[in-house]
Amino acid sequence: MSRAISFAKRNIQRTPFQAAAAIMVMFLTFFALLTFIILAAGSQSALRYFESRPQVIAFFKEGTTSEDITLIENALKQETRVTETKYISKEDALKIYRDRNQADPALLELVTANILPASLEISTQSPEDLQPIAEILKKEPVVSEVMVPENVVETLTSVTSVIRSVGGATVGFLMVFATLVIVMIIGFKIRLRRSEIEIQRLLGASPSFIRNPFILEGIFYGVTGAFFAWVVSYTLLWYFTPFLQNYLGEIKLLPVNPLFMLALLGASLLLALIVGGLGSLSAVRRYLKI
Amino acid sequence: MILFDSVSKKFGSTTALDNISLEIKQGEFVFIVGPSGAGKSTLLRTLTREIMPTSGKLMVGHMDITKIKDKDVPFLRRKVGVVFQDFKLLDDRTVFENVAITLEVLGKKDEEIAKMVEHILKLVEIWDKRNLFPRQLSGGEAQRTAIARAIVGKPDVLLADEPTGDLDPKTAWGVIQLLNEINSWGTTILMATHNQEIVNTLKRRVIIIKDGKVSKDSKEGKYE
Repeated sequence: MSRAISFAKRNIQRTPFQAAAAIMVMFLTFFALLTFIILAAGSQSALRYFESRPQVIAFFKEGTTSEDITLIENALKQETRVTETKYISKEDALKIYRDRNQADPALLELVTANILPASLEISTQSPEDLQPIAEILKKEPVVSEVMVPENVVETLTSVTSVIRSVGGATVGFLMVFATLVIVMIIGFKIRLRRSEIEIQRLLGASPSFIRNPFILEGIFYGVTGAFFAWVVSYTLLWYFTPFLQNYLGEIKLLPVNPLFMLALLGASLLLALIVGGLGSLSAVRRYLKI
Repeated sequence: MILFDSVSKKFGSTTALDNISLEIKQGEFVFIVGPSGAGKSTLLRTLTREIMPTSGKLMVGHMDITKIKDKDVPFLRRKVGVVFQDFKLLDDRTVFENVAITLEVLGKKDEEIAKMVEHILKLVEIWDKRNLFPRQLSGGEAQRTAIARAIVGKPDVLLADEPTGDLDPKTAWGVIQLLNEINSWGTTILMATHNQEIVNTLKRRVIIIKDGKVSKDSKEGKYE
């Protein structure tokens, strides 16, 4: 095997531009794959976050008394579908507003507790319970508006589904493309080294002695491309984490769990090994007549 | 050592070898002569199973070439070294690397390869050219490299297909003397040639092939 590795290394060094092209194609393929996986995993986690916290928010009209609110809260607590209720007073709302807009003093200047409505956050057992609870709240005369985040879950579900199907199709196409590129490059190299192969054959080289360096070469392109794709995607994710964290707010997706990224690296390398190996094996079977 | 028993080879309707029967003993030096297209190269190429006989039995040592499985062909070829008229050296490898390839195929370790290649290159008197590439060699030096590559693995048989064809007379004689020396170590040599002078001077066994048949087989023959 060490001989095959040294032959593969020599083959790669002697055609550096082809090697670079093959690695770049594999890099792009795996970069797209990793991007889609990270996006899909992120949207799935966001979806889980919303699904695990089904909430209806009822905003109260100006002048609503605490007795009115207590009455509503008590009535809701009788409902088995309701798991928790939380009252947010005007002052609490102002505090939340200030916390969220610390970086922008202009937004803080004109806002006082008076212009923010008091509200009641009601958590339910499941997302299906949100709409019936919202209907109950809408009938209350002191409630000015009811917010149901059901559409967020729906949007996220469809976004996740789109990412999965578009990502799956794109990655599938790129995998086929990458495999064909490996077939083409290894096939070309086999033709280029025809006289060497012929001499090896006449000297009594076994088929595996001739084939293995080409197969290893394909695997090297796949694994190297996948590794660089992982490094670049992880670096980009790490670089944009502060910005994304700010954007995502309460949804704690970042920083990404390093174990998840390591698992992604392992899976990518395995897949790259399969793609590179299959591509070069196909080329060897097609172009190398021993 | 080598036994051709009614060996024939047909390419479509063309008969390249026609019912050849020969026996070559270990350590013999045999010239295969005849006009171009007579079947000399075909005969040699059957011995490495580059060409499979259409019929007959062909033995090299204990191996029946017509019966061995494909997976055993490399083992046959390790017993049979080959030298070509056009040398067939790898242009992007040095003399040393061209010879080392035989030992790499045999699975030898690097240290062993270094020793064996040094030994054989000194023997064929091109050790000082070891770092040159084939394009930097003269015809004689290139052929010596090819011979070194063929014998470094210590084959039982050496096939030389017109090894002096592209060389001037003086250089050709140098190559022949080298083959003669290799033969003196016990290696069986089959050499296809057109060179009358060499054949007639060496006075070795001469097999004349004409139209794919053995027309004459003489112990200390001549090529007229």
